[in-house]
Amino acid sequence: MYGWTGKILVIDLTKKNIEVETPDLDVYNRYVGGKGFGGKYLRQCATLPWDHPDMMICIFTGPLTGTITPTSGRTHILSKSPLTGLVGDSSVGGKLATRLKRAGWDGIVIKGKSKTPVGITIKDNLVEFKDATELWGLDTNAVHQQIGPGNASLASIGPAAENGVRFASIIVDRHFAAGRSGLGLCLAQKKIKYLLVDGTGHCKVKDLKKLKQAREDILRLTAASPALMGQFGFTCLGTGAVYDLMDNRRMMPTDNFRRTCFEHASRLNAAAYTKTYAPKKHGCLGCHILCKKIGTKNKKSFAMPEFETMSHFTALIGCMDTELVVKANERCNYFGMDTISAASTLACRREITGLDYTPDSLLSLLDDMALGRGEGKDLAMGAEHYAKKMGSPQAAMAVKGMELPAYDPRGAYGMALGYALSTRGGCHLRAYPISHEIFRKPVATDRFSFSGKARIIKIAEDLNAVVDSLIACKFTFFAASLEEYATAYEAVTGIETSAQDLLRKGECIYYNERIINALNKFDVKDDDLPDRFFTESGSSANNIHIPPINRDAFLDARKKYYDIRGLTTNGLPKKKKAQTLGLLWNNL
Amino acid sequence: MEQLVNKYADKLIQAGLGETFGPSRPLIGGLDDTLVWNRPADEISVLENVFKGLNINSLVFLRPKEPYGSLIRFLAESALESTHKSPNNSIGLIQPKDCETRTFLHDLPVINEFSADQIIQALKKRKSVIIAPGKSNKNFKGPAIVAHGLVSPEQGFVTISSVCFANFIKFFTDYLQALQTGFATDDAHDLFDAVIPYLEPIQTTLPELIPSPFPNEETVYSAIIEAGQKTVEYGLVDSFFGNVSYFWNKTLYISQTGSSLDELRGCIDPVPMDGSTSAGLTASSELTAHLETISRTGCKAILHGHPKFSVILSMDCDPVEKAACAFKEQCHIKCPKKRFVEGTPIVPGEVGTGPFGLCNTLPRALEQTNSAIVYGHGLFTTGKDNFSEAFATMLEVENLCRNTYFKKIRRLRKA
Repeated sequence: MYGWTGKILVIDLTKKNIEVETPDLDVYNRYVGGKGFGGKYLRQCATLPWDHPDMMICIFTGPLTGTITPTSGRTHILSKSPLTGLVGDSSVGGKLATRLKRAGWDGIVIKGKSKTPVGITIKDNLVEFKDATELWGLDTNAVHQQIGPGNASLASIGPAAENGVRFASIIVDRHFAAGRSGLGLCLAQKKIKYLLVDGTGHCKVKDLKKLKQAREDILRLTAASPALMGQFGFTCLGTGAVYDLMDNRRMMPTDNFRRTCFEHASRLNAAAYTKTYAPKKHGCLGCHILCKKIGTKNKKSFAMPEFETMSHFTALIGCMDTELVVKANERCNYFGMDTISAASTLACRREITGLDYTPDSLLSLLDDMALGRGEGKDLAMGAEHYAKKMGSPQAAMAVKGMELPAYDPRGAYGMALGYALSTRGGCHLRAYPISHEIFRKPVATDRFSFSGKARIIKIAEDLNAVVDSLIACKFTFFAASLEEYATAYEAVTGIETSAQDLLRKGECIYYNERIINALNKFDVKDDDLPDRFFTESGSSANNIHIPPINRDAFLDARKKYYDIRGLTTNGLPKKKKAQTLGLLWNNL
Repeated sequence: MEQLVNKYADKLIQAGLGETFGPSRPLIGGLDDTLVWNRPADEISVLENVFKGLNINSLVFLRPKEPYGSLIRFLAESALESTHKSPNNSIGLIQPKDCETRTFLHDLPVINEFSADQIIQALKKRKSVIIAPGKSNKNFKGPAIVAHGLVSPEQGFVTISSVCFANFIKFFTDYLQALQTGFATDDAHDLFDAVIPYLEPIQTTLPELIPSPFPNEETVYSAIIEAGQKTVEYGLVDSFFGNVSYFWNKTLYISQTGSSLDELRGCIDPVPMDGSTSAGLTASSELTAHLETISRTGCKAILHGHPKFSVILSMDCDPVEKAACAFKEQCHIKCPKKRFVEGTPIVPGEVGTGPFGLCNTLPRALEQTNSAIVYGHGLFTTGKDNFSEAFATMLEVENLCRNTYFKKIRRLRKA
């Protein structure tokens, strides 16, 4: 077998034992890896509560992991989300996937529950459970310092997860967050404090010459991409490069999505951070784009905030201080807490209470959230829960319980549809329409129109599902396409394939997620946006008009999407379609 | 969707690749929940099945008009012949060496039947397929190109434009090389003679462009839009693509990535030279090359097109020297020789900012002169104050390249 190690590590924390699964090549080729395999396992426990001992946490590599395929160093983590009750997953950078694959494992499935805090260490075939009682309560940075992973990869949770924050993250290799969906809480519930992985093996490739050609094609395309490797692109400025663009396009969520332009944006952009923190390039193992930025101030180095964090900790909550953003970002990472959900929940609070933040009050509330103190306990449940409790449910800017990221959907209708239909809630990455609606790739589409968007969103969801399974970085697809990655897949695995074959696998993976969500009673009522976007205008400028989204047009596009995706008019999967895709069927 | 399928059908005609009437009339289908076509056609029944077999949102079908039709038929038949020699392949491949193909298309598959199965087979892997049925096939007149899109019919339109361009460049480049090496076939001679009458006449009359100095930002935008339109109108681009910039008030105004030079209104990014904003994130892939050129040369206007004979001549290299060259497979990035067409330098370099990006070679070349050709890619020209000079230079260099090319051909054919 090429491309996969052929072994999946199944850990039962209740029994503290391990088993090894060795799926057939057909199974591998069908589920691919990453998200695909995660979905396969999650389906087995789909209707269990997120905190049930038998609920699984899946940590997977993909067939391209550990090879020279560009941007193949990411890990996919998947379980049921404590924040939403939906499929909860996150693609995370660093070196975890590469180390895991080199240790000889395609993935880890964790079930059961430890009675006491535990660390899991994997060194090639050796799997050990370490007592982590003394580390429980430490922040992720302190855990990193105490363990000193060296060449190994370290994933850990912080106090936020231990204290039940519904959007707790997992921090990998200090700087990389599996931020969304509350996966940190999933680990905490099983009492896992950390995972330490090292591997010394090699990943087998069937046709290295062909893979080198695919790599060259991908590198050439990314070099031609202004968004990635242009002088204002992610390589030079990090994802913060998007900040100016969102404000210029009148898409910057401001004051909890009550406005879409922030008058202070020009002095809070990536250029401002570059001037102050002289960030250096950093990235996932083997990546050439290096979008992660590590800043330095007063001889201390730290991860620079990503675009979403920059935007939400300024415009969304009415703050105008880059230093405060850096501190908030650092605090969230140390506590192990998703910055998007944290900031959005604070924005919701600001709207409801009318209280602006000072640097002290903001940081103090983040502490309260992570440590489960006072008002922080409610904030830690996420915007939807908080707003409901405060009697203002309309102030939660979330879809299916997940807070929205930093692209206002009134400025990009594909994004509006993508948010509403995403299988993990308010997420921009499932369909990632920013690519064509803003970055003009592969070609520009009319961002103020739903025309054609239903099918575009469906195809993009399929694409990103398989990208998260291969695994590759979604940013690369601003430039490259599945055409080049199919060649890489073929070269690595020796299995003849095409871009369309991969899209088909993506369709199966995505439909499986719709089934899992339907089994948990999600349907058409949940595939929607907060009312605000249909009733209130954004911040128009002379040449850009940002009206409310036309609800009828939105509903029409959603209906088309259901039809194209093969769902009922209630947004539920159909038996016949599931069977066509070769998926298991449960009566819904 | 109706609007888009009609728009890109019209654009194929405007680009000189299709015709309003007859067999070269473009056919475009767009699919959201329902499938719409820009016109009824016999081919639809097959193409509908292609839609069913692929996860796509659009298809563009075109029998390219002359000279593209004949050139593509010639290259496609040759590709299919090679296929017949290796029985494991049913799909032929044309492998042009121009920058567009290398970067975006990789190679151009060819099939010999207008059947949904064969088209699907090819489009599963690549963005386009050329259908070149044998002369004995009475049911389908070829050649035709089918290209798909996942987002918009514009993708198929762009792909078909690039396929036509790539085949044009390949035939004329190959023919010159065949004459130089003594391997030109009678068929190639015949085709060359047959397509010459279809070439657009040489243009020498210059357009009147907005004169400088530009008093305000609005005029800068107008001047860029006008320069883009004229570049397209004079056929100095591959379809509609290239880039244009102007430096004004410490800011570079530049066309956006993937923008059509005849539709630049709303597609120009202002990029301040002080780096205070990253709004240039959507600017042309060649932004860095433009900024560096402005800074090195002090020019204000830059025009970049893909005039065909400039591209063809940029790939012309003495076959004996080339055979002995250590970088003969990497001419586009590592050509070690200083080469010129008259005074215009030819430099290696790929699109964008990678280690072999043209941003590393082009600005230096433009320090010496106001025009430079990037190997297999296109022509960049500069204007000190306005676009008139840049445009005149572009036209002059292209005409010079065209004349030089035909002089070489005549000399070689006589010999």
